[in-house]
Amino acid sequence: MNEWTNTDREPDPLPSSLPGPTAPGLGEPQAEVEETLKRIQSHKGVIGTMVVNAEGIPIRTTLDNSTTVQYAGLLHHLTMKAKSTVRDIDPQNDLTFLRIRSKKHEIMVAPDKEYLLIVIQNPCE
Amino acid sequence: MAPKQKKKSSRRKKSPKPILAASEDMEPVNMESMGHPEIYPLVLTTKTQEIFNCRIDEDITDEQPYKLINKEDIFEDLRNRAAVSDFHPVKKIVQEYPGNELLLVYDKDFKYGLNFYLIGTEEGKENYLNPPEVSEEQEEYKEYIPEDVYIYKPPVSKPWVSLGSEKEIEEASVTESTKQITYMISRKRSEFGAPIKFSDQNASSVKDAYIECTAYPDKNFTLKQLEKDVGMQVIPQIKDISTQTKWTYPKNATTQYYPREFSEEEKETLKQSKPLVDFLNNASISVEIALQQNEITNTFIDDWKHLAEEEGTFGDKTDTHLKEYQSFTDLHSPTEKMITCVSWHPTIYGLIAVSVAVRLSFEDRVHFSGKLLLQPSLILFWSFSDPIHPQLMLESPDDIFCFKFCPSDPNIIAGGCINGQIVMWDITTHADRIENVKAGGSRSKKATLKPMFLLEPESNKEAMYIRHCAVSSIENGHKKVITDIHWLSDTFEINRMGSVFENRSGICCQLVTCSADCALCHNMFWDIRPQKPLTPQTTEKKKEENIEIPFDVPSTFLHLDLSWKPLTKVRLSKGETSLDHCPTKISLKEDHLLCKTQDKVLAQSKTAKAEEMNPYHNLESGMPNLLKPIDDFCTKFFVGTEEGEVIYTDWKMEKDPETGRLMPKKPVSLHTIHDGIVHTIQRSPFYDDIILTVGGWNVAIWKESVMTGPLLQSCCAPKRYTSGHWSLTRPGVFYIGREDGYIDIWDLLEKTHEPAQSQNICITMITCIKPWIFSSKQQFIAIADYYGTLHILEIPWTLSRPSTNEMTSINHYFEREVKHLEYVEQRKKIREQEKKEMEQEMAKKKVKIYQKSKEQMEAELKMDYESYLELEKTVLINLGLIKVTEKGSYSDVM
Repeated sequence: MNEWTNTDREPDPLPSSLPGPTAPGLGEPQAEVEETLKRIQSHKGVIGTMVVNAEGIPIRTTLDNSTTVQYAGLLHHLTMKAKSTVRDIDPQNDLTFLRIRSKKHEIMVAPDKEYLLIVIQNPCE
Repeated sequence: MAPKQKKKSSRRKKSPKPILAASEDMEPVNMESMGHPEIYPLVLTTKTQEIFNCRIDEDITDEQPYKLINKEDIFEDLRNRAAVSDFHPVKKIVQEYPGNELLLVYDKDFKYGLNFYLIGTEEGKENYLNPPEVSEEQEEYKEYIPEDVYIYKPPVSKPWVSLGSEKEIEEASVTESTKQITYMISRKRSEFGAPIKFSDQNASSVKDAYIECTAYPDKNFTLKQLEKDVGMQVIPQIKDISTQTKWTYPKNATTQYYPREFSEEEKETLKQSKPLVDFLNNASISVEIALQQNEITNTFIDDWKHLAEEEGTFGDKTDTHLKEYQSFTDLHSPTEKMITCVSWHPTIYGLIAVSVAVRLSFEDRVHFSGKLLLQPSLILFWSFSDPIHPQLMLESPDDIFCFKFCPSDPNIIAGGCINGQIVMWDITTHADRIENVKAGGSRSKKATLKPMFLLEPESNKEAMYIRHCAVSSIENGHKKVITDIHWLSDTFEINRMGSVFENRSGICCQLVTCSADCALCHNMFWDIRPQKPLTPQTTEKKKEENIEIPFDVPSTFLHLDLSWKPLTKVRLSKGETSLDHCPTKISLKEDHLLCKTQDKVLAQSKTAKAEEMNPYHNLESGMPNLLKPIDDFCTKFFVGTEEGEVIYTDWKMEKDPETGRLMPKKPVSLHTIHDGIVHTIQRSPFYDDIILTVGGWNVAIWKESVMTGPLLQSCCAPKRYTSGHWSLTRPGVFYIGREDGYIDIWDLLEKTHEPAQSQNICITMITCIKPWIFSSKQQFIAIADYYGTLHILEIPWTLSRPSTNEMTSINHYFEREVKHLEYVEQRKKIREQEKKEMEQEMAKKKVKIYQKSKEQMEAELKMDYESYLELEKTVLINLGLIKVTEKGSYSDVM
């Protein structure tokens, strides 16, 4: 599976190699965040990307506000439900990834203890 | 009842057995119960019968069933036989009997229980012996006097016989069971009426104030339960709480909320937090894997499903020919006519309108103009139900070359004349005639059976001539034939400047026409609403030209008649020269909607009918000040010219900076593609920006935003193309008519370099093609030819039904063509660059050569000059003009 990723994932400590015009040291994690999100957004067919905290409040998004809020609220609930389902069936198991495929596009949710990464993609026709 | 019972019991005891010793006190049994107290039944044994000579069937017969017996004989028998004697029971009667002889009757039928009976009274005896005579007498008496006298017999009171009803009465009656107790209470009179004082008292304090019956546990009734059966169930803890609220009156309660959001600073701080970074790093790995999976392949595709074509084909799939359905020709016209324009009625099935014009060249027209004036120029309405008679005929002042139904009201028709006038018709009053076209189907059949010369014009199907409603002003309109006319969409309208405003009236009220005027080539925009009179001059003119209009013409457009001026004119100038382009056809942005939205038109027309006032009868001029201007409206449109050019230009006027006048804008792009007159510019019904142009010997397809050239340009065809039309249901199909009567069907999915099919329709040039959809299964195409015949053909299933991915395939094709054009452009640039470079190199080479030769040439010139000087010297010496001695000074001077 690793060979599909097209970038190497070592976090780059040197800020000078990063493309963003940020101040060195301070902006390092911020730039990294931006870079990661930009990379995801540049994939073919991606409609929107958003980062949501544990309560469903969006932190970063590429869509408009109302859509983001709607997606964040609904998917947060769904992810919690999916997580509890998986844990109920086997308490030692945990949810790692959630993909919802609909007629028009596919919604991918990567959950974490504190955050949620939501990506909406339009798969190839 | 006791005595009777005794009697009964005694009777039972006295069965036909011989009687044992009974007391002499016993009373004899008599038939008192049966109403004959004198009859005493007896049993006589055979011995007794012998003694008294009353043997049955010997002495006593049926005729004489009785015997008189002496009393003393009975007494003798009694003494002889005492208790054994049969007469013992009736001994007392016999003793008491007054007479001497007793009557003994034989009871054959055992009527009274025993075989003999004794009559104990004299009267009885007499009655027995005599009654039959009396009754006979009575019967005889009755025969003589029937029902003459009704003898009243008063009821005789009889002694009451108790039948047991006393018991019931006793039970029902109420009697006192106990004796009533009477109390008498007395009090002193003085104590009456004194005020009474009530007070409480504890019952237990006063002795004997109450009697109680206390409860006590009775041992007899206590049961010890030894076994108990109880069911148990575990349930979650439930809490049920209810409260009661005071709900004074109903009130709506709403909640408004807004989502929680982070402020910008919070977002920034969060972004920099380490956990977020780590999370993103970890999460993005899996997300990217998932994204790439989707990019690689769509795992949810059902390949079988996508392989199959649509099912349910109607008709033969292999049949791709257009089938002849019907054809219409006007047989009554004296001259030869050609069809110039065809239009299907937007709402009524099977109705098609055709404009006919005389088939003469310009010279011939002028020559025969007198004759032509007498013949009316017509638009004919044909219906499928009647191929001989047109349903309606619309009259116009001159031949019509193009006409259109108004999209918002199909009863309004606008047509462009050969002399440059616009003619308007309003057929609302005759609308019912053409709507009930199908009803006359049977009649038309009869009509076709008769030969043509028998067809009388007075037949019921006489077509009516409908005069036009209004014509445009001759001075202000076009000067040449109007080649194209369109109704502007009802969503916008324009004012004199050409700016676009929104259209509030909801109906199409503006027209655009184009014509190839010789000096001023124009597109004109017309408004059918009454304009405010600008100057009093026009009103005077109106009064002068007040021609009387026949009464049956509706007054819808009366305000326009003969005074109708265009709203704006758009000139297509050719740049600096004063010549203009001569437009033949135009294509506006939203025309393609007319083909698709048939339902919309139907709904609109229905609502229009529902309203009491037809909006067209109540036109008011719009006030541009109050209307909202539409921004970003594309005012550009395509124009095809007589020279074969396709121009993309703007109708909005702009102010010329130099002169300050309003000038039309310069065209955005201009291409000369066709070799002849462009007679078709049409937008595709599926795409906003794909245009088909047909002219000369080839066809071109354009995309509006791509101005470098056409997407597709066909090579020259062997025959000239004379008309064209997109297919209404298949995005990649269009029909082209040729001048030899063939129709070429192009299918962009099959072949793009030549038509997919070619079919012969008629023998002459095809002038107009119009397809039309009636239902999902029936599509027709109307083809008009030069000889005046209108052919209606049915489009086969394959040509009318798009394949499943046709739209996307055509999209791809157009995109590819656009990319190809861009590539060509780029290549052109590259080529140009290359060319430039090559030229530069060439130029450099030439320059170098030139320089070299220049020095040489200078050296040569110098040498030539020196040689010339020497020659000059020698010549002068020879002439003797210069001395030898002076040679040196001369040469020094030189």
